Amino acid sequence: MDSPTQEQPGIFAGFIAITRRDLLLAWKRPGDVLNPLFFFAMVCTLFPLAVGPSPEQLTFSGPGVLWVAALLATLLSLNSLFMSDHEDGSLDQLLVSPQPLPVLALGKTFAHWIISGFPLVLISPLLAIMYRMSMDIVGVLMLTLLLGTICLSLLGSIGAALTVGLHRGTALLSLLILPLAMPVMLLGANTVSLAAGNEGYATGIWALGAYVVGAISLAPYATAAALRISNE
Amino acid sequence: MTAKLSANDLTLIRGESCLFQGLEFALNPGELLILEGQNGSGKTSLMRAIAGMLSLETGEIFWNGEPVSRQRQEFHGSLVWLAHRTGLKGDLTLVENLRFEGCLRRQAKVDKAAIYERLAISRLKRLPLRSLSAGQQRRVALARMLMADVPLWLMDEPFTNLDREGRQLVMDLTEEHLAKGGMCVMAAHQDVEINATIRKVRL
Repeated sequence: MDSPTQEQPGIFAGFIAITRRDLLLAWKRPGDVLNPLFFFAMVCTLFPLAVGPSPEQLTFSGPGVLWVAALLATLLSLNSLFMSDHEDGSLDQLLVSPQPLPVLALGKTFAHWIISGFPLVLISPLLAIMYRMSMDIVGVLMLTLLLGTICLSLLGSIGAALTVGLHRGTALLSLLILPLAMPVMLLGANTVSLAAGNEGYATGIWALGAYVVGAISLAPYATAAALRISNE
Repeated sequence: MTAKLSANDLTLIRGESCLFQGLEFALNPGELLILEGQNGSGKTSLMRAIAGMLSLETGEIFWNGEPVSRQRQEFHGSLVWLAHRTGLKGDLTLVENLRFEGCLRRQAKVDKAAIYERLAISRLKRLPLRSLSAGQQRRVALARMLMADVPLWLMDEPFTNLDREGRQLVMDLTEEHLAKGGMCVMAAHQDVEINATIRKVRL
């Protein structure tokens, strides 16, 4: 028997296969999808109750609260990114599969974003209304959250890969990721605040976009390297 | 002539202890390499090292005479690893699991129905793997190995959880694979009765 002579499937085959598998798994376990969403919704609903419902205060603090809640919800969900694969040994199988590991890592991160990041973007208009945001501002908020959650998922995948072998790595994971995630949150929250104050906010959107591009091109390689290290 | 799979001067240190030192082996098509040793002697570690998941202190593993580290993807395309943990998703059914594995590899022309039949798992196709017994899950992992249709099999304790029939089946399958010119590295406690050229590494 000689080495395989037939073509290996293209790199997108691996990306699509793993994204599909993870989405299927999430479909069978909807709890994983709902957890970060619940957390996000709860923080955003409780905050006005605690600080009082005066309109000025809510308009002022709305972007910040929504963004902090989104950041924390994403951080909490990241721990599970590679955890179950590590526990049942399928991570080992991914490491010896003939597909390039960065592509598989990107596929897993993409699926994770669809499961836990994208729902936050979709639900944010509902919560924004509680903070008396106008419709144009809600659009800006959704755009920043869309770009921001992609960044956070990608950055978080590096941390999740580094801490995958550790039990209770959530705290460490958050510590590792926060310095990288902070600029995303600052950019996002300030962009929405600027938009709410009728000032130019395009710079913030562009900067977030640049962050996304940088993260997509670099994070998968870092994640793949981290997975190899923590699986030794 | 260089062997298809070979290793020289392998040394692995885990923590304070040296698991093996100056280890060598060579394996050609149609041959079986058995790793022997007590629990904790480093059989699984050696297997992980062969699969390229552990970095060794010294030494290198060669595939077709080239270091594995320089052709990782090609090497991984030629091997399948039956690990201690099956690496299958408990929430997915047998078919969903194997379809995913199939997408990662080149599409081999194998008769899936015949493989299911041989492993006596065809009636379990629609059940989530979680509901199967450990031995049945092992059989699914064997199905994945057969479907990959690659020359090198790495089998870590392949007989775990299997009944007498299942153990015989693993030996038969391995024998057939070797007869077709395949190669197999096996970590095993018990005696294997396989009719092929057998090499042994004692750890």
